[in-house]
Amino acid sequence: MSTPPIETTILEELGNIAPEADLSSLDRRADLREALDIDSMDFLNLVAALHKRLGIDIPELDYPQMFTLDGALAYLGRRIGRQLEPDPRA
Amino acid sequence: MPSLGADMEAGTLVEWLVKPGDQVHRGDVVAVVETQKGAIEIEIFESGTVEEILVPLDERVPVGTPLARLRLEGEGAEPAPRPPPSSPEATAALGAAPEGGEPKPFLPLARPGPAAPAEAELRPAAERILASPAARRIASERGLDLAALTGSGPGGAVISPDLDRAPAEEPRVAGPRARPGLDLDAMRSAIAGAMARSKREIPHYYLQHTVDMATALDWLAEANAGRTPERRLLAGALFIKAVALAARRFPALNGFFGTKNFEPSRAVHVGVAIAIRGGGLAAPALHDADRLSLGELMDGMRDLVQRTRAGRMRSSEIADATITVSSLGERGVEALYGVIYPPQVAIVGFGKIVQRPWVIDGAVGPRPVVTATLGADHRVSDGHAGALFLAHIDKLLQEPERL
Repeated sequence: MSTPPIETTILEELGNIAPEADLSSLDRRADLREALDIDSMDFLNLVAALHKRLGIDIPELDYPQMFTLDGALAYLGRRIGRQLEPDPRA
Repeated sequence: MPSLGADMEAGTLVEWLVKPGDQVHRGDVVAVVETQKGAIEIEIFESGTVEEILVPLDERVPVGTPLARLRLEGEGAEPAPRPPPSSPEATAALGAAPEGGEPKPFLPLARPGPAAPAEAELRPAAERILASPAARRIASERGLDLAALTGSGPGGAVISPDLDRAPAEEPRVAGPRARPGLDLDAMRSAIAGAMARSKREIPHYYLQHTVDMATALDWLAEANAGRTPERRLLAGALFIKAVALAARRFPALNGFFGTKNFEPSRAVHVGVAIAIRGGGLAAPALHDADRLSLGELMDGMRDLVQRTRAGRMRSSEIADATITVSSLGERGVEALYGVIYPPQVAIVGFGKIVQRPWVIDGAVGPRPVVTATLGADHRVSDGHAGALFLAHIDKLLQEPERL
């Protein structure tokens, strides 16, 4: 089975923030901020990039749901499912 | 050669972006200098025409050495005869210290502090990676390691065409990527030099104060609810703005301690402490932070963080900061006591925001609070003024809508 596109997108954006990290060995349930030394500015940039690429709104109140890779996947999947009757915005 | 940090004694010119005859404008990047902090883009602080390049590529020269001669705007096109000693200089020495006279507004460079003994050796030239700024930028974007490339530029420098010959990029997600052109060992030496000098020369005093952040965080949440992610604000932006406004009001904490005297600064350029992944620290200046809106301040911070981590700081950002803010952000611990970055005279630290029991209207309740600290130079100010300054920051943070 091929990698789901949301996961690829998240991993690409994490790679932009933490270029030296080996994301293939990332613990999917670890707090990304701890595991990858991501600060508040990095996290905001991650949210902004995902907002842009996936075309979904990510309110600040929902940030805690995205603190782990599994959490972010589940959350973004739900958001896309809900918002994606027409095409996602580019 | 501008002074790009308290302990810099010399620098190596690795790239000229202008040649004799070129028109330049104040703020243009004209050269690249390799220092312990990485490759620094040198901005010019006058407009005019480049007359002569005085320092060739790859030459290491002491701070204060003129790098080029510039004919200022409005001066005759003919090569001016050597001016008599009493007349105003017809040419400006790029990067040299101004001799006497008032510092020019926005003069970004050339503030050589007192000569300090070298704390650290510069790395030998052979270990440096020569590369043009364009090549560094492209390499950083593509995640290429400059050290692995063969340069075809002057002195074997990697130039942008070399990058097209680089092996095809690995998938970005896969393994670890090479870090961009930052030499963390050299950066550590630079930090060591500046901090050792600070502890040797600056009699620090410290104050701390706990600031109730409930109002500020409520305001922030409301402001951010209506903003797309790229326009959202961080608490760190509020901290910087509050410090900048307070610094304007308390000049004894904002400026430079020169060879003998303190020179207060009317402009407030806040040095923003930025952690470098893998261990490193730089505090480039956010210019005129007191006059930026919070949105502009966020944009400026984001830009500064990105460029600093990619090793792309500008000369003015290195030399200009008049006070430093170091903020731990969401993680870490409650309080941070900074070491003043010479020749500045104050540093403000913010720990992470934590929930603590707090007395509100006679009853104890949970409240988000942050510990703000001040490290200041006792040669210039006393605890009394420092305390008023820190209390003023608290007051400003209670009215976030006015920041």
